Amino acid sequence: MTEIGYYPGCALHGSSNDYETSARACLAALGVQLREVTDWVCCGATAAHALNHKLSVALPARNLALAEHDGFREILAPCPMCSMELLKARQEILADEALRAEMSSLVELELRGGVNVLNLVQALQSAGIDRIKAAVKKPLDGIRAACYYGCLLTRPPGVVRFDDPEQPRSMEAIVGALGAKTVDWNYRTECCGAGLTMANEETVLELSHRILTNAAAHGANCVVTVCPMCHVNLDMKQADIERRFNAKHKMAIYYLSDLVGLALGLSEKELGIDRHFVART
Amino acid sequence: MARVGVFTCWCGENIARTVDVERVTEDVSRLPGVRCSVHYKYMCSDPGQALVRERIAADRLDRVVVASCSPHMHLKTFRRAVASAGLNPFLLEMANVREHCSWVHHNKEQATRKAVDLIRMSVERVKHNRPLDPIRVPVTRRALVIGGGVAGIQAALDIADAGYEVALVEREPSIGGKMAGLSETFPTLDCSQCILTPRMVEAGQHPRIKLYTYSEVEEVTGYVGNFEVTIRQKARYVDVEKCSGCGDCWNVCPLKKNPSEFDFGMGFRRSIYIPFPQAVPARPVIDKKTCAKLIRNGCGLCEKKCTRGAINFKDEDRLVKEEVGVVVVATGYRLYSIGKQQENGKLSGYGEYGYGQYKDVIDSLQFERLVSASGPTSGALKRPSDGKEPKTVVFISCVGSRDNAKGIPYCSKICCMYTAKHAMLYRHKVHDGEAHVFYMDIRAGGKGYEEFVRRAIEQDGAHYHRGRVSKITEENGKLVVRGADTLAGVPLTIEADLVVLAAAMRPAAGVETLAQKLNVGYDEFGWLLESHPKLRPVETNAAGVFICGACHAPKDIPESVAQASAAAGKVAVLFANEELSRDPEVARINEQTCAACYACRRACPYHAIEAAEVRSPKGAFVKNTARVNPGLCMGCGTCVAVCPSKSADLDGFSEQQVYAMVEALA
Amino acid sequence: MIDAATSGEATAVPADLPAFLDLENCYQCGKCTAGCPVAERMDVVPNQLVRLAQLGLVERARRAESIWQCVSCQTCSTRCPKSVDCAAVIDALRQLSFEKGDAAGSQRRTVLFQEAFLRNIRRNGRLNELELVGVFKTKAFLDDLSIPFLFKDAMLAPRMRAKGKLHFKPDRVKDGGVLERMFDRCLRQA
Repeated sequence: MTEIGYYPGCALHGSSNDYETSARACLAALGVQLREVTDWVCCGATAAHALNHKLSVALPARNLALAEHDGFREILAPCPMCSMELLKARQEILADEALRAEMSSLVELELRGGVNVLNLVQALQSAGIDRIKAAVKKPLDGIRAACYYGCLLTRPPGVVRFDDPEQPRSMEAIVGALGAKTVDWNYRTECCGAGLTMANEETVLELSHRILTNAAAHGANCVVTVCPMCHVNLDMKQADIERRFNAKHKMAIYYLSDLVGLALGLSEKELGIDRHFVART
Repeated sequence: MARVGVFTCWCGENIARTVDVERVTEDVSRLPGVRCSVHYKYMCSDPGQALVRERIAADRLDRVVVASCSPHMHLKTFRRAVASAGLNPFLLEMANVREHCSWVHHNKEQATRKAVDLIRMSVERVKHNRPLDPIRVPVTRRALVIGGGVAGIQAALDIADAGYEVALVEREPSIGGKMAGLSETFPTLDCSQCILTPRMVEAGQHPRIKLYTYSEVEEVTGYVGNFEVTIRQKARYVDVEKCSGCGDCWNVCPLKKNPSEFDFGMGFRRSIYIPFPQAVPARPVIDKKTCAKLIRNGCGLCEKKCTRGAINFKDEDRLVKEEVGVVVVATGYRLYSIGKQQENGKLSGYGEYGYGQYKDVIDSLQFERLVSASGPTSGALKRPSDGKEPKTVVFISCVGSRDNAKGIPYCSKICCMYTAKHAMLYRHKVHDGEAHVFYMDIRAGGKGYEEFVRRAIEQDGAHYHRGRVSKITEENGKLVVRGADTLAGVPLTIEADLVVLAAAMRPAAGVETLAQKLNVGYDEFGWLLESHPKLRPVETNAAGVFICGACHAPKDIPESVAQASAAAGKVAVLFANEELSRDPEVARINEQTCAACYACRRACPYHAIEAAEVRSPKGAFVKNTARVNPGLCMGCGTCVAVCPSKSADLDGFSEQQVYAMVEALA
Repeated sequence: MIDAATSGEATAVPADLPAFLDLENCYQCGKCTAGCPVAERMDVVPNQLVRLAQLGLVERARRAESIWQCVSCQTCSTRCPKSVDCAAVIDALRQLSFEKGDAAGSQRRTVLFQEAFLRNIRRNGRLNELELVGVFKTKAFLDDLSIPFLFKDAMLAPRMRAKGKLHFKPDRVKDGGVLERMFDRCLRQA
């Protein structure tokens, strides 16, 4: 068992607790134990960078400092927004000594900016794709997955430095290793409407509808994501999307860790898949 | 003791306004060695020059300092003046009291003192000047032209018509270059082949032009007037002398599906082929990468079919030497690679446009082949994926160009024009089709150019949208192009059947290596550098090497042809004499003190220093030494700086002269 | 800078927007607008927002509805040929608009939501979704008295509850003091 730092973020401790269950179970099956960063706080999400720049650096900075304090060199932040916000703050702090000092004082902890932040795909990559492949017990031969990267897993490229922002392939590589098929489709990096779910539902419904439609048109029978917000918009809101556009999607939405877990022989319950709104038909 | 005359110029008011010229003349007259100090309102004028001549005679001057403007401006003028008075022109120095003094200062007192200082330095310097004579170099009056596109053909024909022999080297199997593959040309819409192929034939048949096709320049040695060039003639596997170009061989070749380089992958060719029917020479080559005989000793049908025994599977590369006096580089351009793959880390591709992923997203040269009467579809516009006639075509400008994020900040200059032409040609071929053009600015400066673009819009009904495209995806057999019209302030999505990307222009592959062989400079993108952007546009800093066409910068056909003729004109000027006269301000090595360490040889950017032997009058070996080839030396002084034994010095800029100037200030 | 007399409106000092945004690099190609997933709904599209900012017409830009419609997907910044961080320009405009309290009327709900979100974090350190929904819906109702909006999503709650996705016990941080001081210092400086 290796142990790495874990920054769940608010979603995974809230309505996306199925993701936490899935990520923990899947990584545990690969011999990776997650230990939570002590007393972590919200990364600030869209609200902070939309309303107050300083706060949008300070909140992630506090978490980076807490992780340093815990002695972590690397932490997993499964939510791409948290991951991006943490990396952006880290980049700004490392580039500007005065800012680093200011932030240290603001978050009341010595901050060096030395903690690296991984997204879930990277955590799986570092567990080893060959290892995953070797550990597959139930190849996912019926699956035709549309790998959905969304916005912030690959953007902004200068901050997250992960995969290609236009033609990413990293999720396909993992899903392919599970014996599943992946489809070529067009909305892999389009936005689902993100955090506007509550305030501007119409936008979310429309963007998410386009994504589901395109995935189906390219022959997918499920969509795979690593983002809790994408999951909410595509899964929890799917009934609303169907009602709004008078469409039938019935598209199962999986977290990447769900598929890996299933292939490794874990049950739907162990992975929290029973908590999804749309079941695979 | 030297007898120096100092001539201070007012330059009208230019100098006299800030510098007290009379006081300067007075102060300078007291400097040691100065026999004469006079001033005049315009020293460069005829009476001014006459004054210089008179005083040289009257005061028996043997050194002259003119204190006036910059040497750039009038060094030649005053050298001529002193020469006509019988003095060696290199015994003249100029003190720049205009650009270096009056123009840049306000305080008259200080400026006047500075002028005296500048003149004192020149006076001390000129005392150490030695008489120098121009270097005479014999000229081989033959030219090498590298690149057989429209620029190279034009340059070769002009030089040959002027009466000199030309070796024209082209790395493809035929001359003709990019232009041979174009459909029609802006702004007149004349057929590209119709105007180029007669010129190709002319070049091929010209008694003074020797064609080296399927050949590359391997090595260049020597210097202006005296280059020795080694040319690699790549194995063609066809004896050009025996072959009549009948076509029996390529008609019998069973390997029909090789993507044609000439068609940019839009069509196919055999493994033995001529790139296009009008090729010059009309002689095939065998592609050794695909020929079954050459790969695994199979097939051999072409050899059996050829009645003249021209096929030679044992052919090998040959190295040929040519002696020439000048080199004209006309290597042209290639298109930026739009997809993700780039051969260097300085550039990145457009993942967002799906080039290489979607068959119906093509580049502008591919489109040229699709609408060319000689193209793979005989001019019928069929899209690559399913051969259907596209009913909606989107043309996108500035793909790569003016895109700092992809690594190319410059404008490719010709895309606005050919994109308007593309939209026009498309509308001429598909009357019920829609042509959409996304552009950022329309750059149509040129005779008849703006009118041409307006014609595309007003008469031929092309829809122009001012904006860039962000993404292209393929849905249900349509290309979904997401752009914007910034003039309306709206995003714009167009479902297209074909998308044509106006890719940025880049210099031809391998041009950097060639430039290094020729000692020609190039910029960070590989464009060759001219000697002066305005006054020496086709010359380079390597004497005797000229450039023309798109190897210099993005350029259209009229400009390339004009430049080619300009380069040919420069060659003719150089060939007008049997000998070349070069500036004698070159390096010299003191062979007695030279330690033969050759640090200078390694440092010399012009490869002007060679290893030599000092021999006694009877021919016995004395020692090794470095020796400057004055034909190649450009007088930069790098050898002087690196020589550990202080054996290198520069005539006209000797260390003695420079130290004398410094000491004059102390 | 556009003269107030010619433009007919007060201009903001350029110092309103941080210099690191490199606004002058933008050559108005419109690739930001072209790739924006919500540009079709916008009153002032992204390239126009940057243009207004270039001209110093920051007030007009920050009153635009579109700055609150932006989903922060970073597509504009990612594809910009001149590396202008358009998403950061929009963030800066939102921050100004929030500070001045002059967001477009039609976008009140989005502003209220973001504000409620921040308050929620300030109180708990981590998001309490149930509290956020309660506070946001109440505020939105008090703002526009829309009953359908108040009860929209109400049907989602029991389904979420059934799936074990609703928590009534807030997930609070232990050291709330430091958080309060951080918020205080950041918001006071703004």
